[in-house]
Amino acid sequence: MIAFLQNIGRTSLAFLAAIGRLTLFTLAAVRWTFFPPFYLRQLGRQIVDIGYFSLPVVGLTTLFSGMVLALQSYTGFARFSAEDTVATVVVLSVTRELGPVLAGLMVAGRIGASMAAEIGTMRVTDQIDALDTLSTRPMQYLVAPRIVAGTLCLPFLVLIGDLIGVFGGYLVGVYRLGFNPSIYLSRTLEYLEISDVTLGLVKAAVFGFLIALMGCYHGYYSGRGAEGVGRATTNAVVSASILILIANYIVTALFFG
Amino acid sequence: MSGQDSMATPKIVLEGMTKSFGDKQVLRGINLDVAAEESLAIIGTSGCGKSVTLKCLLGLIRADGGSIRVDGEEMIDAGRRQLETMRRRFGMTFQFGALFDSLPIWENVTFRLRQQQTMTRQQARDVAAETITQLGLASHVIDQFPAELSGGMQKRVALARAIADKPEILLFDEPTSGLDPITGGVIDSLIIDSVRRLGATAVTISHDMASVRRIADKVAMVHNGVIIWCGPASEMDDTGIEEVHQFVHGLAEGPLTLAAKAEARRG
Repeated sequence: MIAFLQNIGRTSLAFLAAIGRLTLFTLAAVRWTFFPPFYLRQLGRQIVDIGYFSLPVVGLTTLFSGMVLALQSYTGFARFSAEDTVATVVVLSVTRELGPVLAGLMVAGRIGASMAAEIGTMRVTDQIDALDTLSTRPMQYLVAPRIVAGTLCLPFLVLIGDLIGVFGGYLVGVYRLGFNPSIYLSRTLEYLEISDVTLGLVKAAVFGFLIALMGCYHGYYSGRGAEGVGRATTNAVVSASILILIANYIVTALFFG
Repeated sequence: MSGQDSMATPKIVLEGMTKSFGDKQVLRGINLDVAAEESLAIIGTSGCGKSVTLKCLLGLIRADGGSIRVDGEEMIDAGRRQLETMRRRFGMTFQFGALFDSLPIWENVTFRLRQQQTMTRQQARDVAAETITQLGLASHVIDQFPAELSGGMQKRVALARAIADKPEILLFDEPTSGLDPITGGVIDSLIIDSVRRLGATAVTISHDMASVRRIADKVAMVHNGVIIWCGPASEMDDTGIEEVHQFVHGLAEGPLTLAAKAEARRG
């Protein structure tokens, strides 16, 4: 019984320590974003990596999601003769939900993993200690540019993903389901409001921040050896994905309020 | 490497330095002093606390207690800014080089210089080329990346990075590990030349006794988290301490073996 209680106590303490460490890491990461020196080359590299090189995967994901959504909503709405709303359902679903969440999850897999692996490898090969000895703060050099790039790039990615997703719905609606192109387009725009797009972009910025934060955090505190880096990579992707889903609800609820 | 007169002034003083990781006490009270322009080698078995000592000295790991003084300035409770200022006086090479994979050699070598002063790309390249040429590398190497270099070349680049802005104190963590004896000898010569040219104080961690004999004025042996012997390198064969004798002569049987077995049993 005592051993059982000890286990609970030990686990609780470890959990609280991890929360405390993550909180301090987050505060330091945000703080050093606003203080010089600013490593603009690092920032540029991250923007290209996160923004430009994630375009194909985000584009493909949202394209096929928009196409599937058009097909599925048509099937459902046809049962009560509401096929006309397909275009509206596609555009609202893509801009408010699917665009940011799918882009976030795909980027979490691609970028969260790569950040954790890169920084984790730097940790286990003493490169982070070397930065310290070379008068450079790892938080400013490694973490801050990634956080800024993640927060800035995701909204742009999502905006492009939204357009591609709506285009996917249009392709299926017009060429597979036989909608009139101009009517489909007018229905797409008819009920779309600026706030729908804004909500998606705010979510994207939050997701971008969380992805970069998790990638950097798990890499920074990576365990020793290849196993430690592997675990950091997995943890970065899993934690970023879970946080994206939680933050998705919170941001949506805030906008509803 | 140093003259006797410079031995009088301690550049670095460690007094009763302790460090634990969880329940495991790694350093139990390290006492050491290093005079200006002196070259100290710290030896000891794997896991005895040598690297932790070096990292505590630089503030990369916070020591739990004791005193760390550099030129009389207490560093044990130093704040971030004080530590950053102090670190500018140090150059360090790591066991596996710790070169930045994503940067070419010239950017690795001039990394700190470019953080501290405005210099054009061409000026930085010139400084890098000059520094690595002094260390026997061809100047065209500056455009290569660390992964394209051999282990010996990476060690030279790491040394170039450490000395590029002429620090007062140089720390070397296993500078010859993983190198063949000939390349190791060359690296030792480069370390001796660099330390002498800069008039720097040097602290080296090494298992390689041939290397220690070449580069050290003074040797300290760490065992069970304390210094069990410290004296001139020329006297390390005749200390009368069994542990030192076993380590220096690489003997398979002795008190260090028994201690290692006991440690392994404790897990």
